[in-house]
Amino acid sequence: MNSPIIELKAVTKSFGPVNVLKGVDFAAHAGRVTALVGDNGAGKSTLIKGLAGVQPYDGGEVLFAGEPVQLGHPRDASKHGIEVVYQDLALCDNLDIVQNMFLGREEVRVGTFEEGRMEVEAAAALQSLSVRTVKSLRQKVASLSGGQRQTVAIARAVVKQSKVVILDEPTAALGVAQTAQVLSLVRRLADHGVAVIMISHNLADVFEVADDVSVLYLGEMTARLPVAETTRDDVVAYITGTKRMERVA
Amino acid sequence: MSAEIENPIAREAAERGQAESLLGKGIEQGVGDHLRAYVKRVAGGEMGALPAIGGLVVLFLVFWFSHDAFLSERNMANLLTQAAPLVMLGMALVFVLLLGEIDLSAGVTFGVAMAVFVRLTQPDGMAWPLALLVALGIGLAIGAFIGFFVAKVGIPSFVVSLGMFLGLQGVLLVIIGDAGAYRLIPEPIKALNTQNLPVWGGWLMLAIILGLLAGVALWDRARRAKVGAPNPSITIMLVKLGAIAVLGVLAVWFFNQDRGSAAISIQGVPIVAPIVIGIAMIGTFLLDRSRYGRYLYAIGGNKEAARRAGINVTMVRWGAFMVCSTLAVSAGVFYVSRVGSADAGMGREIVLSGVAAAVVGGVSLFGGRGRLVHAVIGALVIATIQNGLGLLGLPAGATLAVSGGVLILAATVDALARRRAGSGG
Repeated sequence: MNSPIIELKAVTKSFGPVNVLKGVDFAAHAGRVTALVGDNGAGKSTLIKGLAGVQPYDGGEVLFAGEPVQLGHPRDASKHGIEVVYQDLALCDNLDIVQNMFLGREEVRVGTFEEGRMEVEAAAALQSLSVRTVKSLRQKVASLSGGQRQTVAIARAVVKQSKVVILDEPTAALGVAQTAQVLSLVRRLADHGVAVIMISHNLADVFEVADDVSVLYLGEMTARLPVAETTRDDVVAYITGTKRMERVA
Repeated sequence: MSAEIENPIAREAAERGQAESLLGKGIEQGVGDHLRAYVKRVAGGEMGALPAIGGLVVLFLVFWFSHDAFLSERNMANLLTQAAPLVMLGMALVFVLLLGEIDLSAGVTFGVAMAVFVRLTQPDGMAWPLALLVALGIGLAIGAFIGFFVAKVGIPSFVVSLGMFLGLQGVLLVIIGDAGAYRLIPEPIKALNTQNLPVWGGWLMLAIILGLLAGVALWDRARRAKVGAPNPSITIMLVKLGAIAVLGVLAVWFFNQDRGSAAISIQGVPIVAPIVIGIAMIGTFLLDRSRYGRYLYAIGGNKEAARRAGINVTMVRWGAFMVCSTLAVSAGVFYVSRVGSADAGMGREIVLSGVAAAVVGGVSLFGGRGRLVHAVIGALVIATIQNGLGLLGLPAGATLAVSGGVLILAATVDALARRRAGSGG
């Protein structure tokens, strides 16, 4: 396997006396989907917030393409091409698809928007993900279904040459058909060379789409291994803490 | 297809021609598509200014039938100057309403600023342009003060501006003092209310407006064409411009009729019209095409999403209160011009009419929806009610009651539209 695009070494984070992350190692590779699983309170969200620069780690090292970096602010994360698709989607209902995809990074010339350019790029980004469920680029996000909204949120990450896309429970609120759509979208995202990190509670999703799986148990990484080399029962055992890898690679 | 698309994934897809199928679907190509899309939007709850325009037409018909003088040139000109402060105040409030906030002190803000202005320009005082700058500066400062407590400290704008509403009334009392009222001296400010454009000036104004609208529309089309984005049919643009031209010609022709007495001739478009239209056009341009405008809508739609998109939510919200208060001062300029003096009660009542104007016109109280033109139309509705009922000799109580009823009706339409939009179309 090639060297990881992003790597965490012994990161720690505590809130007062509570140690949420107790020296966690983690890595994600370009072109692969890494599932991050763990029970509630295992520290998944804290790990992700550190990567997003929303809540910096207390200690440990973050390597981006082998170089140590500081992620102290969301700007730092986006500078390195790290994008987060949050569970509650973070879209503006009153704006249309193009406006949402470019929110905060509009293309501007002579002080005013290049609407045409944004439209072309948004169309291309959606098309590159083979999205066919969206009728019009200029429809308000309020009128989209849950799956379509998730699609727009993920496409946001593609518009801006992201290197690492973190998806927080992308299928949590979706029906069966929409889940399948979003999972294939996740796959295509990785096939474009993006390192995808997917938080999930749903092991069926993990085994369907992920290449690697990392398991957090009470702030410690209890397993990191390719999905092909493990079974569902094993992953459940790692999650519940009844089993852990001897040496977490 | 453009070779300038920077995103390699997007470019690759564009070169493969895959993008074609989605691109252009969002824009209505023909007139029929355009109409269908509009009907769909309205049915989906995005009614915009439609109810207000309907209301305005009904009001005009009702007052026209009940009083001959209503549609006279003189009364219409009067209606325009009467509406000017309200239009400006409504537009000012749009900037905070878009955020889902409110500024109850916008009226007394201009009260304080204009009291200072009028006092500074008493005989032997300051030159009026300088005093006007001072007044606008006071507006900016008050806006910055409110914005600080709302955006930085995190107090609901309702509470902060209510506090300012009370506090600034006190300041106003102190400035006006025992005199009770000060007369407005500077002639150019008085002229705002009384002067008209020359006959040719009205036509020139219309030509400039149409020229600007056409220019911007053509600029948009050229920019879109350059990057390979399809343009809607040019007929749509021509129809829209044509409609504005027809209405504009009618209005200018109407106001160019002589409405004076036998001795003195009064004709021409009231000078408030080009000023208000100019400010509305500049503001609309910025709201639609600049980052700041887009971020106002985004924050009004979903503050958390805006924050995560890297928008400096605090500064945008802070700035909105500064824009609101400063524009409110320009509403005050029209107000003192009309009243002719500054007194201690200035601006206390008009603010609620200003909020009503914006909401009646279709600006959402919940944030994220609304345009400046909505405030303009809404203000015309409120001003028409005041003007028409006054003309019929109904007591002031009736005017207040009707205005209040219209506001509640408009807010109901807003809430229903919102529910409908929320349920998905």
